[in-house]
Amino acid sequence: MSPDATVPAGLAGVAHEPGVAKPDPILVVDGLRRAFGGVRAVDVDHLEIPRGLITGLIGPNGAGKTTLFNLLTGFDRPDEGEWTFDGRSAAGVPAYRVARDGMVRTFQLTKALSRMTVLENLMLGASQQRGEHILRALLPWGWRTQEAEVRDRAEGLLARFKLDHMRDQFAGTLSGGQRKLLEMARALMVEPSLVMLDEPMAGVNPALTQSLLGHVKDLRDVEGRSVVFVEHDMDVVFDISDWVVCLAEGRVIAEGPPASIGANPAVIDAYLGATHDHSALREERRRRQAARGDA
Amino acid sequence: MIETLFFDALRSAIGPTAASYALLAVGLNLHFGYTGLLNFGQVGYMLVGAYGLSITVAVFGGPLWLGLIVGMLAAVVLSIILGAPTLRLRADYLAITTIAASEILRFLVRNTGSDDLTGSVFGLRQFAGEFYDWSPFAPGEYLGPLGFNANRMWVTLVGWGLVAALSAMVWTLMRSPWGRVLRSIREDEDAARSLGKNVFLYKMQSLIIGGVIGAIGGMVFVLALQNVTPDMFLPQVTFFAFAIMILGGTSTVLGPTAGAVLFWFLLTGLQSGIRGVVDAGVIPGITGGQVVGAVSLIAVGLLLMLLMVFRPQGILGDREELRLDVS
Ligand SMILES: Nc1ncnc2c1ncn2[C@@H]1O[C@H](COP(=O)(O)OP(=O)(O)OP(=O)(O)O)[C@@H](O)[C@H]1O
Ligand SMILES: [Mg+2]
Repeated sequence: MSPDATVPAGLAGVAHEPGVAKPDPILVVDGLRRAFGGVRAVDVDHLEIPRGLITGLIGPNGAGKTTLFNLLTGFDRPDEGEWTFDGRSAAGVPAYRVARDGMVRTFQLTKALSRMTVLENLMLGASQQRGEHILRALLPWGWRTQEAEVRDRAEGLLARFKLDHMRDQFAGTLSGGQRKLLEMARALMVEPSLVMLDEPMAGVNPALTQSLLGHVKDLRDVEGRSVVFVEHDMDVVFDISDWVVCLAEGRVIAEGPPASIGANPAVIDAYLGATHDHSALREERRRRQAARGDA
Repeated sequence: MIETLFFDALRSAIGPTAASYALLAVGLNLHFGYTGLLNFGQVGYMLVGAYGLSITVAVFGGPLWLGLIVGMLAAVVLSIILGAPTLRLRADYLAITTIAASEILRFLVRNTGSDDLTGSVFGLRQFAGEFYDWSPFAPGEYLGPLGFNANRMWVTLVGWGLVAALSAMVWTLMRSPWGRVLRSIREDEDAARSLGKNVFLYKMQSLIIGGVIGAIGGMVFVLALQNVTPDMFLPQVTFFAFAIMILGGTSTVLGPTAGAVLFWFLLTGLQSGIRGVVDAGVIPGITGGQVVGAVSLIAVGLLLMLLMVFRPQGILGDREELRLDVS
């Protein structure tokens, strides 16, 4: 397939094919494999994630999206493979260092810190806190000023994510959708250069989804961060992605701007099986849109 | 009768043994209540503290301060040995390792092969002299009906002073960003990792600090008794410390203190009461001290069960927090 006009400037001229090289990738993956028993969960030959853009990662259930996140962020170890983040090799780096280096992920199954308040959840996220050192922790005047700054930043994010009224509640009392919001806000406290969101909209109500989408776009447009997000709702994917990567059975089977993905036969095959044609995917989209209209 | 019972109970509740157990529970609370580490061998830390002190002073003739430092360093070393292989694994590995290690330590000091160093089953004495030389109390009787002598006053004062100081330290730490990281690890260590926290390092620090506090408890315990024997360090000591922590309120700063006072008040009060009943021959067929000990432990167990039914969060705990624990 040939490049088209709807892609952002950074990706102009990039071919729409799996494993294609990008002009300025923030993350480059090579020969990454992870098997669970006989299941090849991830089997990626080459993948580049563009800097400063939003990349949608799609694929049917069990395609290996979460496993890929786990590997790249140091939460799981690959059988083999190399990858660089921001030009530096990131393979074998422990998860906490990956986060400190600027690649921060959220979890598909949210991990709210239940018996801590919503505000504390956020404040935890801030990096390089002086008071997190055991000896300095004993001398509050050494970290109070920074703590106040962290609190201000946390409250700002809470307001942005409409969680400020829950500020002093235990995070364990939040609803599923609120936990998604909390986790995304908390990840932003780290000030990452690359945010990896695993199904950030799952369980979030449609009205809120719109504002969440706005936040994700802001990450790119206002704060200049790179975003990778996993999402099953194709409307969302097509709405905000600059680039879409489709995984199936661990492999990258298609890449391209959103417009090219919906019509890609490999993607349709992966989602619906080889017997269906394009109209089935379009029909599915129409059905979902109708359902959303009702809600 | 009721009066003796009450004073027996009170004497024990404010005495040095209760203070030692409070210290064990303060350490355990840092491990379990704040970090979520399952340490089932707190008595092992108590043991290395007690023997570190008494061997240094009684066997090698070292000064008291050196004994105190050796006791605390022993706890640091024990933490590293236990924590390095297990803190990266699931919580239950630490639990198994700590309970095994505490029993191994007890057998080691009990072994006749260690006779020269630990006095095996007979233990060690004559290591507390310098400690009591520091006592500001003139010989005599103190605290009226409780009848504390000067030495007991001194070790009680030091014991509870340490409880206060170390509780204050834990309070400061837990209100700091360091404490926030610890609590986040208790809640979900992967979440903490995803935010750039070096979980292993914090767990190790928690294990070390809580262990050293346990060792200090062990030192107070044997200084009060002025002797140390291996069978002071049975696994049940750890479980008493857990009971004290839960009774007072897990993850609260003053819980261990409240728990220790109440636990020893109940245990001694019941012992005294049951002994009175047995001695009076009211219950036919039951005589002897063995029975008193066993029955009073059963009674304390029942009281703890009742507390868990009616106040599962402990005396000072937060019910809301406990409810979230399950969800
Ligand atoms: N810890 C594990 N042990 C065994 N198999 C696993 C494990 N984690 C993932 N798998 C398998 O790897 C494959 C990929 O799983 P993964 O969770 O990455 O899929 P996914 O693309 O995130 O799916 P979904 O859209 O449903 O979240 C699946 O077949 C899954 O069963
Ligand atoms: Mg997944």
